[in-house]
Amino acid sequence: MPEITRDEVAHLAKLARLALDESELDRLAGQLDVILGAVAQIKEATDASDVRPTSHAVPLENVTRPDVVMPSLTPEQALSGAPAVEDGRFRVPQILSDES
Amino acid sequence: MTDLTRLSAVETRQAIASGAASAVEVAQAHLDRIAAVDDRVHAFLHVDAEGALAQARRVDTGEVTGPLAGVPLALKDVICQEGIPTTVGSKILEGWRPPYDATLTTRLKGAGVVILGKTNMDEFAMGSSTEHSAYGPTHNPWDLTRIPGGSGGGSSAALASYQAPLAIGTDTGGSIRQPASVTGTVGVKPTYGGVSRYGLVAFSSSLDQAGPCARNVLDAALLHEVIAGYDPKDSTSIDAPVPPVVEAARSGDVKGLRIGVVKELQGDGYEPGVTARFNEAVEVLRGLGATVTEVSCPHFGYALPAYYLIAPSEASSNLARFDAVRYGLRVGDDGVRSLEEVMALTRAQGFGPEVKRRIILGTYALSSGYYDAYYGQAQKVRTLISGDFRKAWDSVDVLVAPTCPTVAFPLGAKLEDPLAMYKQDICSIPANLYGGPAASFPAGLSEGLPVGLQVMAPTLREDLLYLVGAALEQALPASVPTLDWE
Repeated sequence: MPEITRDEVAHLAKLARLALDESELDRLAGQLDVILGAVAQIKEATDASDVRPTSHAVPLENVTRPDVVMPSLTPEQALSGAPAVEDGRFRVPQILSDES
Repeated sequence: MTDLTRLSAVETRQAIASGAASAVEVAQAHLDRIAAVDDRVHAFLHVDAEGALAQARRVDTGEVTGPLAGVPLALKDVICQEGIPTTVGSKILEGWRPPYDATLTTRLKGAGVVILGKTNMDEFAMGSSTEHSAYGPTHNPWDLTRIPGGSGGGSSAALASYQAPLAIGTDTGGSIRQPASVTGTVGVKPTYGGVSRYGLVAFSSSLDQAGPCARNVLDAALLHEVIAGYDPKDSTSIDAPVPPVVEAARSGDVKGLRIGVVKELQGDGYEPGVTARFNEAVEVLRGLGATVTEVSCPHFGYALPAYYLIAPSEASSNLARFDAVRYGLRVGDDGVRSLEEVMALTRAQGFGPEVKRRIILGTYALSSGYYDAYYGQAQKVRTLISGDFRKAWDSVDVLVAPTCPTVAFPLGAKLEDPLAMYKQDICSIPANLYGGPAASFPAGLSEGLPVGLQVMAPTLREDLLYLVGAALEQALPASVPTLDWE
């Protein structure tokens, strides 16, 4: 049984907002199956429930900065790389499509 | 006049300080060099001649001073520089000009370093060959038909072809060290949190770390000192003094240093020439008075699978910001398609195959039903690997291994086999998962191509890396590329 099916890849692509075409799906499904087959050995590494997961190399907690006003980007700078701008704001396509 | 592009960073600074050459002359010599050879190497994605010369003039007028003032540098295209195109090797950011400087860039500018331009890389730093750049591969100056390593192949190739004496790389899973290994240069991954990530385009935030690249150990240490240190703009930045890297690089005294050879990072899968050069280099260190023992790190074998679950998981989340709204590409905005459709089309066209593979892989590893078995398990393995390191520090001061199991392979050789490409990083990934510093230093040639020796050290003991690197550099004959393609 494959680690991952083509249908699963198509579903994941949808979740990740990637409009993949049919040939890309075919290729990715095969490659991901090989990769997942290899990384699946991670399951053998430990069955110890007492091993704490590490999310981060440096144990830091609640890093805050003083709440003071600092210089920041101007609206023009913040918008300077946007693909579409209107009235000093990011312009986006319609949020809901017709069928929604 | 000697060829200014052949000088080390230290020599370059001496030439400028003594008046033998102006910073403008140095910058111009490197810009001319880029114009002469980069059509074949393709190390740079963007060259900022105007900015480089302007900065050089500031050095010449005495406006900026310092140990690296006037020394040219190649900046990996994952680091933001205000007003200068920053693509991260991706079509999705083509033409984007950051409105601000990364902290690292600010520090370079403040030190008088002359930034020549932005270097090529695997898209979003995902790769080990630069072949995943959306702008075409970089070629290894030792043999133009071979890879320069990745993801920072542009930076390593720029150094090896004398287009810059200094470069910046980033290392999430070997992207500074493996390129250094296959180009015969020096590359250092600092302790995680040692160099600010503010303005570094994120790939895997718990692993990404920028660091210095150079043609020799002291140059790397001087650059390290400029870029390292606490930055309140990066919440993961470590508030501690920068280790004495320059002092260590000037010393190279390894007498009494306890060196551990990692048992699990040798044997099958390692090219005989790599193993031979590595073993010889270790013997050289022993001859210089270091003690050498073999150390077992039993969980290192699981580092590669752990990395290829953790890094893609973080990437799938980080790269969600490329949504066709705030910066970069937007495809299919025809007034009819919805935001979601435009987003999906943009991402499908803007991201290359490796980035898509990793986004899907990460989305899978984080999805319910698989989370515990994959991502959760990988995080536990990360704990075990860190435990291997900590246990090793009971008996040795540093660990050594080959940087990479092979020398530079031919372009195209692993492009259709992602798993084979991933295995390039088998030796470098443990240090990323642990977070401690690690470096690659030249250890001679195999079949005419460079081999790298990797040194790994405890957290915030970068000085030990430079100590070993300097010892090797002093003891081993220097290997330089013939550049017979020129």
